[in-house]
Amino acid sequence: MKRREFIEKTAASSALLSLGLSLSSFESSQKRHLTILHTNDVHSYIDPFPADHPRNANMGGVARRAALIETIRKENPNVLLLDAGDIFQGTPYFNYYGGELEFKLMSMMQYDASTIGNHDFDNGVEGLHAQMPHAKFEFISANYDFKNTVMDGFVKPYKIFNKDGIKVGVFGLGIELDGLVDKGMYKETVYNNPVETAQDMVRILKKEQKCDLVVCLSHLGYKYRDEPNKICDLKLAELTQDIDLIIGGHTHTFLEKPTVVKNLAGKEVLVNQVGCYGINLGRIDFYLDNDKAKAFEGKSIIV
Amino acid sequence: MVNLKKYNDVSKLFVIFLTFFFVASCSKQNYYVTKIEGKRIPITEKEIQVPQIENFIKPYREHINKDLDSVLAYCPETLDKSTGKWQTTIGNLMADVTLMRGNTVFQAREKKSIDICLLNSGGIRSILPKGNVTARTAFEIMPFENSLVVIALKGEQILEMVDYFIAEKKPHSLAGLTFTIGKNSLPKNILVQGKPVEKETIYYVGTNDYLSNGGDNMNFLKKGVQKFDLDYKLRNILIDYFKAVDTIPVINDVRITVE
Repeated sequence: MKRREFIEKTAASSALLSLGLSLSSFESSQKRHLTILHTNDVHSYIDPFPADHPRNANMGGVARRAALIETIRKENPNVLLLDAGDIFQGTPYFNYYGGELEFKLMSMMQYDASTIGNHDFDNGVEGLHAQMPHAKFEFISANYDFKNTVMDGFVKPYKIFNKDGIKVGVFGLGIELDGLVDKGMYKETVYNNPVETAQDMVRILKKEQKCDLVVCLSHLGYKYRDEPNKICDLKLAELTQDIDLIIGGHTHTFLEKPTVVKNLAGKEVLVNQVGCYGINLGRIDFYLDNDKAKAFEGKSIIV
Repeated sequence: MVNLKKYNDVSKLFVIFLTFFFVASCSKQNYYVTKIEGKRIPITEKEIQVPQIENFIKPYREHINKDLDSVLAYCPETLDKSTGKWQTTIGNLMADVTLMRGNTVFQAREKKSIDICLLNSGGIRSILPKGNVTARTAFEIMPFENSLVVIALKGEQILEMVDYFIAEKKPHSLAGLTFTIGKNSLPKNILVQGKPVEKETIYYVGTNDYLSNGGDNMNFLKKGVQKFDLDYKLRNILIDYFKAVDTIPVINDVRITVE
């Protein structure tokens, strides 16, 4: 009887051991690769710039951007395609169709989400609402409160995307509308403090929802040299923590490469913006691993 | 028999173990970032176009081009805002046209007439070239979405407007108001619709929404006793005017006389 008990225990523990081992070896092999592609301030630029344009000759164009995105998707299907706002206003396409074509093309390119820029109010909050049926992607803004407008229910503060097992939390931030957009256009849209909102968002996305990556889609602007106290992406990065990437817009800043900023906890945040008018596509590749030991070795940032 | 009890214990242990195993494997695994790469990819002509996208855009583009490039009027000589110190041919045209077409809306809606039109020189973004005039011309001159606003101003503010002109020395578009700048740089002979300005009289001033909110430091426009938003875009005023005329007039009359 003693002998039998011994065998049973051995069998159980060896089963435990082998399963445990297989589990851990299974874990260490889990590597993931996510490609984040992004645009900002496209401003209704659908056609490429003409060949005689003094500054941007032959640059941009939605049909070409679509080709580039297709190529990247073939290379890595694990793509998150984002826009940081100001989709509207800049060419007659907007004056004639009110943003319909812009949203339809972004849907065809399979954009996942966009935040809302000040120019997206150029036909009023009603004009934005009127184009909602043409957008198959999400509108994300955490600090604009649309509760008392027709846009109520069309904008989420954040969205969690599950990309090949990676949990990516994306939240949006918009610029102060007062003084920038006519009140008659934005109506009862309420602007809330972006830093406080961002702190709430990271608490939800990182602490509660346990996202692997947190991305902020911002239309706050990269930096304001003449207004040092104005909130911008660089300040937002410094004043918060648990954000991995800030994709910006508004200031039409052509960054050659993402800026690396130290956050409140001393960790690195990437801030990027790719100019305007669909001239560039931003690309950030995240390589992840579920081996915690790797996390302690630190991450390498190649920009 | 005794053994059976033991077996139960073992199987219980095993069930507990399996439960833990499944809980552990089903719960979300955390991923840690090991490497980040970032770059900017320019979109150039090297990139082929996706035919479905290009074909989708085509009818929209053709409709716009057809509309923008259809000839609406003829301009006998180039109107340019850089060819005048106090007034320009294009500025006079803009102000006259805005006052005239604005009045069709204002009279119908409010049973009142616009007395003066004032627009900023900076709002004129292009020349009106000699030759065929199209809607594209209007988009080039007036790319912004500014709309017409009428402000009820007292004569006192009209005097401030005159002072503003003398201080700024810019050929802002002006219609309905004439005055002379004396040798002492002081204004005289200030007339609204040909009549001397009176301090307490209310005048209706047509302008754009940008200036009505204090743009270009035209603060006198913020002192209005009443404000009417006509929901009529300045560009559409221009397009409607182009559609209505055959030949664009060259308006050379002097509105601000300097002694």
